Amino acid sequence: MALAGSRVGRSLALMWRGMRSHPGIYALAVGASAIFGALTVGVSRAVGWATDSVVVPAIAGDEVARDRVWLGGLVLAAVALTLALSVAGRRIWAGFGVVRIQADHRTALTRQYLRLPASWHRAHPAGQLLNHTTSDTEAATGVFNPLPFALGVVVMIGVSVVMLFMIDPWLAIAALAIIPVTVAVNAIYQRHMSPAVTRAQRLRGDVADAAHESFEAALLVKSLGTEDREESRFDDRTQELRAANVRVGIVRSLFDPVIQTLPAVGTLLVLGIGTWRISTGDVDAGDIVTAAYLLTMMTVPVQAFGWVLGELPRALVGYERIAQVVDSTGALAYGDARLSRTPGQPGLAVRLEGVGVDVPALSGAQQRSITLLDGVDVGVEPGTTVAVVGTTGSGKTTLVSLLARLSDPTRGHVLLDGVDARTLVDGEIPDQVAFVTQTTFVFEDTVRGNVTLADEGAPGAPSDAEVWDALRLARLEDTVRAMAGGLDAPLGERGANLSGGQRQRLAIARALVRGPRLLVLDDATSAVDPRVEQEILRGLADRADERAAGAAEPGSAAGAGDHSPGTTVIMVAYRMSSVTLADRVVHVDGGRVVDTGTHDELMARDPGYRELATAYEVETERREQERADAAAAGALDDELEEVAR
Amino acid sequence: MTTVTDEPDVTDVPEDLLDADGARIESTSKLGVFATLRRGIQISPEITRGIWLTLGLASLAAAGRVVVPLAVQQTIDVGILADAGPDAGRVALLAVLAAGALVLAGLCAALVNVRLFRAAEAGLATLRVKAFRHVHDLSTLTQNTERRGALVSRVTSDVDTVSLFVQWGGIMLLVSALQIVVATGLMLVYSPILTAVVWVSFIPMFLVIRYGQKYVNRAYTLVRERVGAMLGAVSESVVGAETVRAYGVSERTGRRIGGAVEATRSAQARSQVLVAATFSSGVLIANLVLAVVVVVGTLLGVGGGLTAGQLVAFLFLVQLFTGPVQMATEILNELQNAVAGWRRVIAIIDTPVQVAEKPDAVTQERGPAHVTLRDVRFSYPNGPEVLHGVTLDLPPRTKVAVVGQTGSGKTTIAKLVTRLMDPTAGAVELDGVDLRDLAFASLRKRVVLVPQEGFLFDGTVLDNAAYGLRVPAGSTAEPEAEPAETSPETRAAVERAFVELGLSDWVADLPDGLDTEVGQRGESLSAGERQLVAIARAYLAQPDLLVLDEATSAVDPATEVRIARALDSLTAGRSTITIAHRLSTAEASDLVVVVDQGHVAEVGPHDDLAVAGGIYARMHASWVAQTR
Ligand SMILES: Nc1ncnc2c1ncn2[C@@H]1O[C@H](COP(=O)(O)OP(=O)(O)OP(=O)(O)O)[C@@H](O)[C@H]1O
Ligand SMILES: Nc1ncnc2c1ncn2[C@@H]1O[C@H](COP(=O)(O)OP(=O)(O)OP(=O)(O)O)[C@@H](O)[C@H]1O
Ligand SMILES: [Mg+2]
Ligand SMILES: [Mg+2]
Repeated sequence: MALAGSRVGRSLALMWRGMRSHPGIYALAVGASAIFGALTVGVSRAVGWATDSVVVPAIAGDEVARDRVWLGGLVLAAVALTLALSVAGRRIWAGFGVVRIQADHRTALTRQYLRLPASWHRAHPAGQLLNHTTSDTEAATGVFNPLPFALGVVVMIGVSVVMLFMIDPWLAIAALAIIPVTVAVNAIYQRHMSPAVTRAQRLRGDVADAAHESFEAALLVKSLGTEDREESRFDDRTQELRAANVRVGIVRSLFDPVIQTLPAVGTLLVLGIGTWRISTGDVDAGDIVTAAYLLTMMTVPVQAFGWVLGELPRALVGYERIAQVVDSTGALAYGDARLSRTPGQPGLAVRLEGVGVDVPALSGAQQRSITLLDGVDVGVEPGTTVAVVGTTGSGKTTLVSLLARLSDPTRGHVLLDGVDARTLVDGEIPDQVAFVTQTTFVFEDTVRGNVTLADEGAPGAPSDAEVWDALRLARLEDTVRAMAGGLDAPLGERGANLSGGQRQRLAIARALVRGPRLLVLDDATSAVDPRVEQEILRGLADRADERAAGAAEPGSAAGAGDHSPGTTVIMVAYRMSSVTLADRVVHVDGGRVVDTGTHDELMARDPGYRELATAYEVETERREQERADAAAAGALDDELEEVAR
Repeated sequence: MTTVTDEPDVTDVPEDLLDADGARIESTSKLGVFATLRRGIQISPEITRGIWLTLGLASLAAAGRVVVPLAVQQTIDVGILADAGPDAGRVALLAVLAAGALVLAGLCAALVNVRLFRAAEAGLATLRVKAFRHVHDLSTLTQNTERRGALVSRVTSDVDTVSLFVQWGGIMLLVSALQIVVATGLMLVYSPILTAVVWVSFIPMFLVIRYGQKYVNRAYTLVRERVGAMLGAVSESVVGAETVRAYGVSERTGRRIGGAVEATRSAQARSQVLVAATFSSGVLIANLVLAVVVVVGTLLGVGGGLTAGQLVAFLFLVQLFTGPVQMATEILNELQNAVAGWRRVIAIIDTPVQVAEKPDAVTQERGPAHVTLRDVRFSYPNGPEVLHGVTLDLPPRTKVAVVGQTGSGKTTIAKLVTRLMDPTAGAVELDGVDLRDLAFASLRKRVVLVPQEGFLFDGTVLDNAAYGLRVPAGSTAEPEAEPAETSPETRAAVERAFVELGLSDWVADLPDGLDTEVGQRGESLSAGERQLVAIARAYLAQPDLLVLDEATSAVDPATEVRIARALDSLTAGRSTITIAHRLSTAEASDLVVVVDQGHVAEVGPHDDLAVAGGIYARMHASWVAQTR
């Protein structure tokens, strides 16, 4: 989408592309504008004609002319009506064009936001992304407001120049003298304006970013009482933006009057030259009246070009900022392989082969990359439960998110049922894999919408019964039943009206309702009481059994539907209870798999694992020991005191 | 100062203050057009700064523009149509004079523009900052009544909407009015009858405008609302990108955003149609007037009341008159646009602050915090009661653990204790003073909450931890000075905090140590790591009472135990309230509070409750069974 070439070239390309994308609308807008242009000339002709052949003779006493007064009035009125219609047409279609191009930009941007990977989002503040869809979009399209007008009235300028030539070439040349001046003034303007506008648009983004981040942090700000600090931070950016906008304004302030004055200068020139031409007898007074009128009329179209030129630098900057996003690469590519899916099929088989993940460092001068995972080989049998255990920041999330293909490994392969995840068609993984993220995200939607993530009644959307089923499994059923509206109860933005644990359960229900063949739980039960966590995991196992039994009976296909039994579960967990439920445990540390085996095996041979697994136990013992010591010391003190007495 | 006699009333206050659904951020203020303008100027007085001089200059500039038609008329009448044939000398003189006037007018115009830009931008900056600040002053619950993305639009694009009118429209409206007056005056000189004709012809247009403005305003308001909704949707999809991707619902999310984009477009298109209709009806009448003047003027001329030259001049004057009238319709439309944006910003600024500081709020000394809850009841706006009379006494220097099931009301208690919300009934007291009587500065110094959902700013680990130091920004330091958080002392303090919390190894392992960038919302750190930074941040704030709401829920057990130990020794002599599902915290506490469905079910030391056979005993038994 990016534009290449010189500034003039890019400007032309920008305008051309915009109009080309909505040719019909622009044809109408420019057409209406051309009619407007022609009619403005028409008005001047009509006025000239009326002056010359009606008004002057009539006032001089010409009877015939006096009778034509009404005709003259009618002609002028007809012209006026058409003129007004053409103005309406031009403004409406030009406006339609602008808002369509804006909508196009917005759609392109937001689609791209959805496509680009997490790594891209980490480096692009949400506030900036919002700003692209407002301020940058408006900047990029600002030029399309005056453009059809300017293009339409090119005709008008053309016609009036031709007419001027027909009246007298010298008059025409005098009028045209302002064109090279305009070009020169514009060149100077563009040179000063581009950097100023670039800065202003960037700062607009910064202000939006500061606001968005600060509002997202509202609770933190309040709890630390740092409102003043936030205000001064925002004020700094706002003042910078103010200064930049003033700078833009000053450049514009100087440019606009010059451009506006030029047509008047042309008129004066024409008058001067005209007098000389009358004295030589080449033109008559009526010609000068017409010429002067033509030039006054041309003030507006010339100004329209002035607006186009005035808006261009901002448009280029806005467009380029948008293009940067739209041209960003890194979105995942998809293949055309599929995974089979038949009822009663066991869970997904998962293999990681020599998997490594590197990410570019955000900070630091030179380009470095950080290794988050390296040499990971893990195999998970269908229908088994695997626990991933490791210290904070050891790479568990990085590892399990590969399974849902939130990103691709830098090295190695992720195989689902033996198929490389990269070769699967778009939509296949979400269809078979449900990933419950570590930090839950709740949409501003109803409970149902949040669980199904589908439009109501859309093909394949889970039924209400299935939603209730999932909510029951996730132990959220009672909460939802208690809510006014039940499944239709609206949840606030980010699920503000739920408690932390309720949000997590909702996320779990969202995963369960899909009946996935692979369920990935990334520490998804941290805010859920241990007992409930147990229930959820048990429920999952029970349901798998039920399904297996159901699938065996031929008649029960109705209820079982597309749920598959024996879901493969991979869960990141800290609680030993959850871990002991697992068939196997994968211990991750420092981005590598330290050991794999059953809980007991790892307890026996992996000291790092043992430390994690027994941390609470050890701590309890230690605390009890300390209390005992303290008590003993206390007793000793008492004794000593006694002795001292 | 609060007197003793006021005390009994205190508990009644919030019930009166809170209406059924609490304070909401309205989508737009209900002020009329003029009231909006007045309020807008009241909020940003800079807008009208130096307005009289600017207006004077602007009138000069406008007058300059009149010079050309006048010069044309003069040239034609006196120079070209002169009885003695064209008079070149006269024409040249007139042209030079006119050119001089033009240059002068151009200079005035430039000066006016610069002055307007300065004043307008200063005013808009103030408007932005005031609205921004007010968002932070609103209570948490009120903040939640509007989408984050839409809040952003109120301090960005809604403000920008105002800018065009403020920069250019306001003054041009005045100048246009002036021009209309002057043109009328000049026309009167030539022909009072024709002038009357012109004015009468414009009456239908004034009616159209009056009527049309209402619709234009509504259309623009709709645009602003839809832009806000669109930004809300975009913001949601960006912040929730991971979930969107994990569930393969990009398509649907894209469709929803597409719907918002399309809704915006159609609202914009609608407003364009209305604006075009008003404007072109102005064009129609302006040109019809020309026809009328030609007819009436000629008839008058025939009657001998007017010369041909006068009529031509009058025609020019009519243009001088219709020009500003058309300009005024344009500006009035822009005014409606500005008012639509302004109202949305004003709606923020005029949203009442529900959890507010009293004018006579007291300041407390620092020291061990003693928290008391007296029969506290709470219901969220439009919701059922979630706390049903909670009474608690948390003595100073105690480590309190709050446990209970999901949704039992633990976070609600934490938010009441930190006065993020006020109880519906009952009172929360800090050292015997109702929180509602305490100055925020004092309260926030003494009591700090680490929320369940931690938040990190895009910046380094150092920046984020140092945020807790709450160095008053913009204090006496001049703007050029280095930001407070990067000063060597700050760095040392942050380093020390991480060492004391036993996290120095973790910091050392980060790619750039304390200078590691955490990315948007801290997403380049793991969830547990984010919590570590949040704890360091709160620890650096050195509050008298630290409230930890599941602050270590994503941290591995070994690290959690280490931090808990460190905090224990570091905060000895202070109070902590810890909410946790991992009962290790409760085991280590002085006092355990068990919350069950909005009631305090049990209170006591761990050792007692664990064997009391109640809820806690059951919870603990299952916890023990699970951990080993
Ligand atoms: N985009 C990134 N850029 C740089 N570093 C990253 C990025 N994402 C993760 N890391 C780092 O990689 C390490 C592993 O992160 P990951 O989220 O996988 O940890 P985790 O094991 O899930 O930890 P936790 O238990 O806290 O959730 C962490 O040290 C983190 O700081
Ligand atoms: N902003 C809100 N609006 C309406 N209801 C809310 C809001 N916040 C919480 N609730 C409801 O109030 C009740 C108590 O919530 P609270 O957050 O205090 O629970 P909690 O004990 O902290 O639970 P968890 O352990 O899950 O964090 C819940 O039923 C919840 O749905
Ligand atoms: Mg993680
Ligand atoms: Mg909670």
